[in-house]
Amino acid sequence: MLLTVRDLTKTFPGTLALDNVRLDLAAGEVHALLGENGAGKSTLIKCLTGVHARDSGHIELDGQPISPTSTHDAQELGIGTVYQEVNLLPNLTVAENLTFGRQPTRLGLVSGRRMRADAEEMLAGYGLDQVNVSRELGSYSVAVQQIVAIARAVALSGKVLILDEPTASLDARETETLFKVVRDLRERGLGIIFISHFLDQVFSLSDRLTVLRNGRHIVTEKTPETNRVELIHHMLGHELVAAEHRHAARKGGANLLSFKGVGRRGKIEPFDLDVRAGEVIGLAGLLGSGRTETADVLFGRTPADQGEATDDAGKLNLSTPRTAIAEGFGYAPEDRKTDGIVADLSVRENIALAFQARRGWANPIPQAEQKRLAEDYIRKLDIRTSSAEKAVGDLSGGNQQKVVLARWLAMNPRFLILDEPTRGIDVGAHAEILKLIGELTDQGMSILLISSEFDELIAASDRIIVVRDRHHVSQLVGEEIDTDRIINAIAARDDAERAMS
Amino acid sequence: MNARILPLYATIVIFLIAYLICYIQFPAMLSTRVVGNLLTDNAYLGIVAVGMTVVILSGGIDLSVGSVIAFSGVFVAVMLRDTDLHPLIVFALLLGITTGFGAAMGALIHGLAMPAFIVTLAGMFLARGAAYMLTIDSVPIDHAFYDVLDAYYRMPGGGRLTLIGVVMLVTVFAGMIIAHRTRFGTSVFALGGGEHTARLMGVSVGLTTVKIYAFSGFMAGLSGIVFSVYTGSGYPLATVGTELTAIATVVIGGTILTGGSGYVFGTLIGVLTMGLIQTYIVFDGSLSSWWTKIVIGLLLLLFILLQKGLLTLGQRQRSSPT
Ligand SMILES: Nc1ncnc2c1ncn2[C@@H]1O[C@H](COP(=O)(O)OP(=O)(O)O)[C@@H](O)[C@H]1O
Ligand SMILES: [Mg+2]
Repeated sequence: MLLTVRDLTKTFPGTLALDNVRLDLAAGEVHALLGENGAGKSTLIKCLTGVHARDSGHIELDGQPISPTSTHDAQELGIGTVYQEVNLLPNLTVAENLTFGRQPTRLGLVSGRRMRADAEEMLAGYGLDQVNVSRELGSYSVAVQQIVAIARAVALSGKVLILDEPTASLDARETETLFKVVRDLRERGLGIIFISHFLDQVFSLSDRLTVLRNGRHIVTEKTPETNRVELIHHMLGHELVAAEHRHAARKGGANLLSFKGVGRRGKIEPFDLDVRAGEVIGLAGLLGSGRTETADVLFGRTPADQGEATDDAGKLNLSTPRTAIAEGFGYAPEDRKTDGIVADLSVRENIALAFQARRGWANPIPQAEQKRLAEDYIRKLDIRTSSAEKAVGDLSGGNQQKVVLARWLAMNPRFLILDEPTRGIDVGAHAEILKLIGELTDQGMSILLISSEFDELIAASDRIIVVRDRHHVSQLVGEEIDTDRIINAIAARDDAERAMS
Repeated sequence: MNARILPLYATIVIFLIAYLICYIQFPAMLSTRVVGNLLTDNAYLGIVAVGMTVVILSGGIDLSVGSVIAFSGVFVAVMLRDTDLHPLIVFALLLGITTGFGAAMGALIHGLAMPAFIVTLAGMFLARGAAYMLTIDSVPIDHAFYDVLDAYYRMPGGGRLTLIGVVMLVTVFAGMIIAHRTRFGTSVFALGGGEHTARLMGVSVGLTTVKIYAFSGFMAGLSGIVFSVYTGSGYPLATVGTELTAIATVVIGGTILTGGSGYVFGTLIGVLTMGLIQTYIVFDGSLSSWWTKIVIGLLLLLFILLQKGLLTLGQRQRSSPT
């Protein structure tokens, strides 16, 4: 084996990010690393390359134990890495970025001419002929920057090349170029670790693969000996009980909203969506597949750059969250800590904020009225707090989530987007929130529910749309809704796709 | 063209326009006399500003340099008064001390993950206090070697090109080489572009930080020596606030205060611009010297707006597909 990792453990304050993980990488192999967001893939890479110090474990390169303490060490050992986050410096030139740390010098001075020549040589074969290496990297698109980062890592990788979601910002042609380079390097005997959410890419490129889940090694297999459905089972893990679709004969009402060809380049491919009054639309897919991106586009957080949204009255303006709210949209985002609530304000103040926004700031709500409203929602949603004056940040996760919901309900939206509303809350609160979703839709509100819990989606949704690789690939209605069909849709190859109707 | 060079051009254009205005009003300002004095009077500022440029390019700040200059002057004056050491040996000792002082601050900044602002603020008080410990009076320097250091070359037109003016120009040149032509310099820019990313790219952040503040300490010491030659004395109350003037010249010189972009040459122009304004006020005779501060304030504001404008321009450029 070229690289062996044994019993690697890494904790962050409050998180066990890696738990006795093992990994083997052979020379001349592309080894895919799979797992949902937060599974620990990037952390594994960072422990391997000296960005993070491991708590315990053993790493060998060519049979020698190694313990790099910095990326510089790792580079010296012949391990080149493209990390998931920003890899290069936009304020340096392309050439400086490419040659950084090994700039050609004469008498201690960097030779600009030779540096540019080296850089051009490193970029050759990536189809970036239009790039001027003397320009600042920051003046080029993210895709170009990404390829430059890859070119740099390739040049640094004498033995091992690690690519952490390198294709996230590349288009099909750029991805193909990258794969060609990777295959060439494999021919030359490098070991390559390849992380991607795109299963198509994993199957077309990798020889073996390893799945991580919650920081644990789940399985290592030869790629041809496995299949998508199995992989997704490994990645998601939870025993997939066939949850019953509640599917009370809830009839969709009149058509409320319709989205035609709405999308945003690099985030989510254009999709059509009709929303009927009083229905729950579930959005299923792996993390990073385009679920949250869909919500962001609908709510104007990252406004659509194509398509249009209409209702009975005509075109809707969804260019910013503020205009979306004015159109009667609501959005309780996934990360309620940063986006949903003001943790330092009290429950009363958080709820009043929403009312205040609706009434306009010139018309303050009297203290007594605020108190009454807050008490009202605390009772309706059963928010467990010792008083309305308690800071929201001090409540439990489930109760924080209810405050977020209260804020949006106070605005009385007609279309409410809930991104992972039950993430991190206890089972009891979980059930209450699902019940609440049912009640709200009975009153005519339409809800878009994003969730990683299939059971939850199945139980709550009238329709489920499956998102994969930034496409809305499939729709399941009524009786069709069950776990197997969802999994198959997530795993399906393009040719097996059901056309969206 | 790279966007980061625009502020440098702006600096040069502003300097040329300023000089033109001065020249139209007072043709005598284009004499070698004025140019010579400009270099001599601002030699200490130019030297310390080179160190400050490197610090700011890395995204840091060094508030200690004004005090270190004062300490250096006092140290040299007291040593020459109380010992028989040759000035060159005293200089070497001093540079060792100030460089070590800077390195220590750099080590603290990195080791404790403290903001440079706080650490160098402490350094500012420490160095000033140390200067007071040596003496509380102004100590004249009376050494034959200092007459040698006062040497100058008389340029055509009667202007004096002094040794300290030349030292400043050489320092700027050396600073340009170090910042723009060495691997260390690239690491400085990398740190200024983002410490986290720089680390991922393999920059040894700790060592580079130590070197950066050591460099600034060295420059402050050298500036102190030059200042002692210029004033012929050491005084613990000297150069109060010079660190802020140095920061101002760096910004007027086109370096972005948040780091990662700028030119050492621009700092020289910034220093000269500031000197020019002072010279103009002297020539005019009726203006209060406070006008210098007002004009510098306005220039700073202008450059901050320019930087902000370039930043937004850059972002817009990036978000549109290339
Ligand atoms: N620097 C960090 N500090 C604290 N927690 C972290 C840090 N980096 C990652 N984590 C946590 O470790 C876990 C694994 O994250 P990561 O390795 O980024 O997952 P992946 O790359 O598989 O999506 C997550 O729970 C994440 O929140
Ligand atoms: Mg990751």
